[in-house]
Amino acid sequence: MNETENKVLTNRLSVGSSPHIGSVDSVPGIMLDVIIALIPSLAAAIWFFGPRALTLVLVTVASTVGFEALYRKCMKQPMTAGDLSAVVTGMLLAMCLPANTPYWVAAIGGAFAIIVVKQLFGGLGKNFLNPALAGRVFLFSSFPAFISVYTQPGKAYWPSVWHAAMDAQSAATPMGSLHAGRLPDGLSLQQLLVGEQAGCLGEVAALMLIAGGIYLVLRKVISPRIPLFYIGTVAVLTFLFPLGGVARTDWMLYNLLSGGLLLGAIFMATDYVTSPVTPTGRTVYAIGCGALTVFLRYFGIYPEAVSFSILVMNILVWALDKAFMPHRFGTPWFQKKAKEAKK
Amino acid sequence: MVHRFFGGVHPAGHKEATEGVAITPLTLPVPQVVLPMSQHVGAPCKPTVQVGDEVKVGQVVGEPTGLGAPIHASVSGKVVAVALRPHTSGSPVLSVVIENDGLNTPADPIPVPAPVEQLTTEQVIELVRAAGITGMGGAGFPTHVKLSSGLGKVDTIILNGAECEPYITADHRLMLERPEKVVQGGRILMRALGLSKLIIGVEANKMDAVEALKAKAPADVEVRALRVRYPQGSEKQLIQNITGRQVPPGGLPAHVGCAVFNVATAAAVYDACYEGKPVTHRVVTVTGKGVNTPVNVEVPLGIPLQTLVDAAGGLKGTPGRILSGGPMMGVAQFDLTPAVIKGTNALLVLRGREFTPTPKGTLTCIHCGRCVSACPMKLTPLFFNQRFTAGRYEELEGLRILDCIECGSCAYSCPAHIPLVQSIRAGKMEVRRLQAEAKAQAEAARAEAEEKKEVSAK
Repeated sequence: MNETENKVLTNRLSVGSSPHIGSVDSVPGIMLDVIIALIPSLAAAIWFFGPRALTLVLVTVASTVGFEALYRKCMKQPMTAGDLSAVVTGMLLAMCLPANTPYWVAAIGGAFAIIVVKQLFGGLGKNFLNPALAGRVFLFSSFPAFISVYTQPGKAYWPSVWHAAMDAQSAATPMGSLHAGRLPDGLSLQQLLVGEQAGCLGEVAALMLIAGGIYLVLRKVISPRIPLFYIGTVAVLTFLFPLGGVARTDWMLYNLLSGGLLLGAIFMATDYVTSPVTPTGRTVYAIGCGALTVFLRYFGIYPEAVSFSILVMNILVWALDKAFMPHRFGTPWFQKKAKEAKK
Repeated sequence: MVHRFFGGVHPAGHKEATEGVAITPLTLPVPQVVLPMSQHVGAPCKPTVQVGDEVKVGQVVGEPTGLGAPIHASVSGKVVAVALRPHTSGSPVLSVVIENDGLNTPADPIPVPAPVEQLTTEQVIELVRAAGITGMGGAGFPTHVKLSSGLGKVDTIILNGAECEPYITADHRLMLERPEKVVQGGRILMRALGLSKLIIGVEANKMDAVEALKAKAPADVEVRALRVRYPQGSEKQLIQNITGRQVPPGGLPAHVGCAVFNVATAAAVYDACYEGKPVTHRVVTVTGKGVNTPVNVEVPLGIPLQTLVDAAGGLKGTPGRILSGGPMMGVAQFDLTPAVIKGTNALLVLRGREFTPTPKGTLTCIHCGRCVSACPMKLTPLFFNQRFTAGRYEELEGLRILDCIECGSCAYSCPAHIPLVQSIRAGKMEVRRLQAEAKAQAEAARAEAEEKKEVSAK
């Protein structure tokens, strides 16, 4: 063997631990898929609430990405603003705000989500609350007057981009009626499906949200487990316990298609960082989200229950992962039972 | 009944370069061979020859000192050194170096005491031991030990023709070209274990091999096409797939009544029992974008990896990473000096985008859970990595880190490209260290207690 050739080779070869191949997926790639999945809902929001829907998203995204970059720079930490996770947070935050939200309020929400909820705990992967939801709840409790003015779909036009109509009469959201124990007046299920209802940007167009969810499942970004168990739990509970003497099926369908349920179940509860990793843990987490949502919708003081439900379950993720470790290989339940029977 | 193993991944096969290439014997000159005394699971062998000895092909040059199998000369000639030489595992190993005289003078074959059909279990085990047969799939567990430890416990014998690692086609070609040897070798093992049925599991991406085996299979042999999914060829996963049984933690296949042998091992058993031939050669797939003409080549054991590359037409371009074995579990090589051993089923010369370079910088786990879904052993690799990097080694055992088979499915599926298997290997070492410490402490405490007892008794 040629010694010099071998020496040259030694310097050139890269060694490493197996496996030597990896899947092509990457964190920014996954984030990009989530952004793509949100585009149909965003398009519906622009259609119904006018261009202000788009500018509001741009403001929150600029806020989240900007504050992420600023924080990492000030703290002299590796720059992570390019991993697109802040973009997802920004988009999701805007999706759960009404189109009328003043820009400065939206920007504060973005700053809170990124700095307080995400970066103070160590950045991506370390936060225990969903940043967008926590940002939204923060705004709800700090600036309730500014973000509870819902515009009627189709009533907002170009001027609204510059001027948020804070003096406008707030339109009734279907969730408000449901919370009061009656079906929304003059609002058909078809209208709810396409999104012709008053509400937050990303909470109105049910079909578009489902389309985004199907895209995420097909791309294997999320497993359908969490959305299905979440929505399924809400469906079962609302079917079993209708309020106000309404027909069961109607009550259930209106509950499923109103408010933040679909956005929450498809995009918020499935957030990797703040959901369990084990299959059973995920099921329990999703059922917990669903049960809490119905409970808070029925007995809470706010009409909106999804954000609080998911945030509460976020806190339990650590415990759920611990409690629902996968069953150990080689110890099937029947073997265990056989052993116990022998004893 | 259809069984499936848990998790798994589906990396691109890349087998097209060599799956249609017939096995050819090595035609290049072999000036010398290096036979490492460590070619199997267990204790290294003790050389039985000295510098200056003349050896013949098939002559024993190393005898096991504990768990192991003898090692035979693969060429005839003169022993020129018994010294440390590079090994594919990375650290140098005591090796017997033989200068080839080019004559291939055969040693006396291993005596076969009876016609193959009438061999007793003990005779088969002795033949398998004398022929130095170890698991040819890569792990290299001595086959005669598997046989003798499985006696009376095993009710199912499985031949492993899954070859689930990408790129490798050595077993595929062997099943296609020598189905008779695989089937009959498997039946010898079957009879030795006192069983009447043999199952051969082959991944469904090798249907031609399935047909070839079926054509040679008597009524007591069942050839089963398996789902194409990595790690189908892992012993525990293959057993689960074929029988639905799960090998208990820390247990052996025999604990669930199974014995699994590689198809190449079966072919070696055939050679030993029909022809009295020990293991001196094996089929190796040499492939990857870094070689000119990928081949399946049958080579004498002990040739340097460089000769394999030459057999494949030499290096093409700048090699990026050279592996002994497949891309999922193979061992990266520093250079091409180590020798081919019994478990070397492939040499991959990868370049460019064919392999994923070790990532640099801080890698952030986003808790996506893909490693959990990919794990065929139902483990939670992200938590191993988390605890290991935090230095909380004492929590690793409770997370069942020792159950890990290091198949690499977790690291393969990780979108953050965290080297999970590396953390797991290092974590296992820490766990074993902690276990040893705890044991030593317990023993010390017991000794102290006994001393006290003695004192108080006096």
